Amino acid sequence: MGLAILLIGTRKGLMIARSTDDRRTWATDDFQFLNQEVYSVAVDTRRDPPRIFAGVGTGHWGPLLTYSDDLGKSWTEPEEPPIGFPQGSEASVARVWQIQPATDQQPDVVYAGVEPHALFRSDDRGQSFALVEGLWEHPHRPSWTPGGGGACLHTILPHPTDPDDVMVVMSAAGVYRTRDGGTSWEPANRGIQAAFLPEDQRFPEFGQCVHKVAFHPEHPERLFAQNHFGVYRSENRGDSWAPVESGLPSNFGFALVAHPHRPETLYNFPLQADAERFPPKAKLRVYRTENAGADWEPLSQGLPTDPYYGAVLRDAMVADSGDPAGVYFGTRLGEVYASRDDGDTWALIAGHLPDVLSLRVAEIA
Amino acid sequence: MTSRLLLPAALRHYAEEQAEVEIHGGTLGDALDDLAERLPQLERRLRDEQGRLRPHVLMFVDGVSVRGGAPMDTPVGDGAEVFVAPAVSGGTA
Repeated sequence: MGLAILLIGTRKGLMIARSTDDRRTWATDDFQFLNQEVYSVAVDTRRDPPRIFAGVGTGHWGPLLTYSDDLGKSWTEPEEPPIGFPQGSEASVARVWQIQPATDQQPDVVYAGVEPHALFRSDDRGQSFALVEGLWEHPHRPSWTPGGGGACLHTILPHPTDPDDVMVVMSAAGVYRTRDGGTSWEPANRGIQAAFLPEDQRFPEFGQCVHKVAFHPEHPERLFAQNHFGVYRSENRGDSWAPVESGLPSNFGFALVAHPHRPETLYNFPLQADAERFPPKAKLRVYRTENAGADWEPLSQGLPTDPYYGAVLRDAMVADSGDPAGVYFGTRLGEVYASRDDGDTWALIAGHLPDVLSLRVAEIA
Repeated sequence: MTSRLLLPAALRHYAEEQAEVEIHGGTLGDALDDLAERLPQLERRLRDEQGRLRPHVLMFVDGVSVRGGAPMDTPVGDGAEVFVAPAVSGGTA
């Protein structure tokens, strides 16, 4: 691996870490976007030069969606507002929760998920985004409620080979799927529990607080979900879901990451409960399955052994494309840990930061 | 009508590091529409995409807050000072 860059979005700015020695050591740049929350970051390597995106919350001054074509040395905000609801809709973008480049077949398409629940699409590499009206006009939308973090569309999953097939995940609305390029959307939550609802209403058509969905590109029909209580697998791209929690100390959490090369390997960071958002028994552990969720094992070699109370948020764990894979997570205690051996061993690569909100990593040719 | 928009330090980046910029218009809405033509990134820090003052932005025209009612209809006289401030709505570190 030549140059690897790791984008670290925090509550108070963006830090970029770089490694030129196959991820053994990392050097960090100064903070950018000082005192501004960086909820979403992305690296788009489909064109040369690669483009880095940041979704920045400027506090009093509204959200900012910006990009860099020089690996973070300078940033561009288009003169025309890159993202915003149409005039007359009465809505305004409160936060950019996710920036997701589409697949290689659509090298200029970039998606963005925002608060309030909405999906935007760019066809010009993120210079300008248009509201995906089909989801915004969905008849379920008036019934969608905000999760604890807000009314966010936080995860976007384009199908790796079918550009018309896109899945989104919203809190607390659940999983929705389009198979016609965004014109129509259907919920895909069958089997996922809404543990916070009355007992006889816990499997609704929609309204679940799904925290993250992940899949391996070789098996786009097989999905994994970390729910607000519940870890699930679907074998039919969301038509139905079943629990896969054996070996996990808790079925609550946010982060869920697929291994880049092994379709049956995923990583999870459990938390004790919604009312106790700490690692179970205060032990800092990543959990890995190597059999598609049938069993999960704890990974802790190299991680602190003292009691640890830092949670990992939904976009603060990622894997790179290396082989063996690099896996990274950032905590709300402002520490970033990395493994360069599929999760077997870990090392701290950045610490004493503000709480980590988002991570993305990429190899730069 | 020409007035002066006085900027807090956090927004000067969007105005070539100037502490104030001229704006033109007889109401605050017209003046900010004018600003959007010349310094669009600055204008969108003050108003959302529906043209509403952002919730935590304070603006004063000649010392009088425009909050309440219809802020964009506030008259802005020739030579007026339009002062921008972040609302003291924080409290978190």
